Amino acid sequence: MVQVVMSGNHASSYAAKLARVQVIAAYPITPQTTIVEKLATFVASGELPAQYIKVESEHSALQACIGAAALGARTFTATSSQGLLLMHELLHWASGARAPIVMGVVNRAVAPPWSLGTDHTDTMSQRDTGWIQFYAESNQEVLDTTLIAYRLAEDPDVRLPVMVAEDAFYLSHTVEPVDVPSQDDVDRFLPPLARAFAVRPGETQRYGSFVGPELYMEFRYQVAKAMKRAAHVRPQVEEEYRRITGRHHGGSLAAYRVDDADAVLITMGTASTTARSVVDTLRARGKKIGLAKLRLFRPFPVDKVCELAATVGRIGVMDRCYTYGAAGPAYTEVVAALFGGLHRPIVRNFIAGLGGRDVTPEAIEEMYESLLKDRGPEVEWVGLKRRKGVTTHG
Amino acid sequence: MTSYETEEDLPDAPIASEPTDSIKTASWRTFRPVIKLEKCTKCNVCWKFCPDVAIEINEEGWPVVLLDYCKGCGICAEECKPLAIEMVKEEG
Amino acid sequence: MARLTIPAEELMRPGHSACPGCGATLVMRYLLKGLGPNTIVTVPACCWTVIGTSFPTTALSVPMIDCAFEATGASVSGLRAAADALGLTDVTIVGFAGDGGTADIGLQALSGMLERRTDAIYLMYDNEAYMNTGNQRSGSTPLGAWTTTTPVDAESRGKLESKKDMMAIVAAHRPAYAATVNIAFPEDFVRKVEKAKRITGSRFFHALAPCPPGWRYSAEKTIALGRLATDVNVFPLYEVVDGRYRITRKLGRVKSVAEYLKAQGRFSHLTENEIAAIQSEVDAKWKRLLELEALG
Repeated sequence: MVQVVMSGNHASSYAAKLARVQVIAAYPITPQTTIVEKLATFVASGELPAQYIKVESEHSALQACIGAAALGARTFTATSSQGLLLMHELLHWASGARAPIVMGVVNRAVAPPWSLGTDHTDTMSQRDTGWIQFYAESNQEVLDTTLIAYRLAEDPDVRLPVMVAEDAFYLSHTVEPVDVPSQDDVDRFLPPLARAFAVRPGETQRYGSFVGPELYMEFRYQVAKAMKRAAHVRPQVEEEYRRITGRHHGGSLAAYRVDDADAVLITMGTASTTARSVVDTLRARGKKIGLAKLRLFRPFPVDKVCELAATVGRIGVMDRCYTYGAAGPAYTEVVAALFGGLHRPIVRNFIAGLGGRDVTPEAIEEMYESLLKDRGPEVEWVGLKRRKGVTTHG
Repeated sequence: MTSYETEEDLPDAPIASEPTDSIKTASWRTFRPVIKLEKCTKCNVCWKFCPDVAIEINEEGWPVVLLDYCKGCGICAEECKPLAIEMVKEEG
Repeated sequence: MARLTIPAEELMRPGHSACPGCGATLVMRYLLKGLGPNTIVTVPACCWTVIGTSFPTTALSVPMIDCAFEATGASVSGLRAAADALGLTDVTIVGFAGDGGTADIGLQALSGMLERRTDAIYLMYDNEAYMNTGNQRSGSTPLGAWTTTTPVDAESRGKLESKKDMMAIVAAHRPAYAATVNIAFPEDFVRKVEKAKRITGSRFFHALAPCPPGWRYSAEKTIALGRLATDVNVFPLYEVVDGRYRITRKLGRVKSVAEYLKAQGRFSHLTENEIAAIQSEVDAKWKRLLELEALG
């Protein structure tokens, strides 16, 4: 194990290299580009003997990975924002075809207007596509989670594609010290991809096929079951990763000082780091508050959310995006998870940080203050610039 | 052919692996080719141009129509130079 | 007994769902005879998606990988990369797409595949419209043709634009090999495929696939009509090897395009002037092809 100061993007590249990926589909888009550029240097030097396809669009990038996965190769691609949206059709294809692709996604706002700032709209828009979705808080997490993603994706009980999301610029372009596991450690954790399910030349096989109403539902039910199994396989995989590297990032919903909390904020991505320091600040002032970092969005950790609700009376969910005509998607899923459960805490939605707007400690303090009040709006856009006298909820 | 009725019968991924030989497309046709061997020159053109792989050349070199599959398109009759093939209406 | 003039092995099975007299099935049949069993075919949305039949059956004895409509070229590149990564160096990867999926929505992915010099074959089978969805015009529909989106009425005279020249577009990418093939000439077809199989680099085929319901003619005429297309110079047979053009079939006396047009219901509305315009276009293209061949 070696400690290297590197960006979140390079953490993604190093993980793909350690995973011994065999086929990489590369297309540039800010702020993902340095992921594939770093991989290009690994391939060019011979350190990574992978096939590096310089595709001509993101849509083609994912199609190339699906084709490669069909033959049984380990694949990797990365994208962001508009590129991810362009891939949408193939995201559905990858999960339906049970292709164990791993993709790095740098969370960036979608146009119009053009924005390079971080925002979760891109990956949240893909929550229906049957991909396992992780949100990383640090560059270390990006590297570790990408390796975990391969193990999880390729597990014979799972066989679903996985995306690892990281916030634009805060992670993608900011350097942090990252512990890089040795190739031996990674080889122990991640064996070569078993070709048991691959298409073989010379055989009568049609991969994809087409079907009428009499069997389509059953094929799709298989994907649903695989996602359910993923929820059970993931903790085992992350435990094994901890055994080998000593690191664990808290599971699907990582709790911080929630035990006697009156109010807990659920956050995703880098806002969690800021929120954690606000928790310490407010705790020092006597406020009983905590934080739960939502790390796994698909499959959604219903049980962990219900567990939280058993002891906490007020939950705020911070969304770094918004579903127009509804509310923040993470908030909506938290409420849905709680509806069938025993406990009904107050749940509020805070929309913040869209388009790279900085989520400051002050903004988070505001969220906790709001959460601790008896009454408050169900959905609140925090930090929105409005004329005085106009309320900020939406 | 394996029967696929329930979700448990399905393969783990959408992969079809039964050859279409089990699907008899005979019912598609209205006309059927009849080969008059006395005119046939064993040129193999009918075998060559059949879009349904529904003509075989047997061990003696004669073309044989696979009536399980023939859709009655008539290409074989049209292309047969010695006019050895006639399209005959199916009964019923 | 005449010996077989094309390989005997059948890698396309009977029982598929193609229309009677379908040209596209013979394209697949001859392609696979030329390539042999160590082949993987990737197919986007097109007639062959349906011809291949629904789950659990498949009409090919080689693996068929379905892909998204726009992305055949990318699917080919991904399959080739995986085959190379996994040491399957002998397998031939083929993209097999219709004219809509190549000349229109699939053009970018094909261009990418060619520009990257992906070591694979791409075959466009051309029934000259979006036939799987019921005959809507594509960039490859010929001038004057009736289709459902270029109907014939007071304000519309069929397709107003000329057919997109895919061979020229492909040739501009300088592939290792490009050729037109016609199911009416199976020996030429298979010979070109066998030749392409031995070449490394990107190889492209433009295959004419006459379509009885779409072109509106009686099914038994598929081969005859295909033959006529070449004999009137509407679909000349030629290959491009390292940028050099070589016409592979030249008739002493070329027939007039009217004979070809009048054999198809999709052209039945054409006036003598419109037919003459089409004849001029055919003559100009043939002249251009001869000039390209003369460049050597």
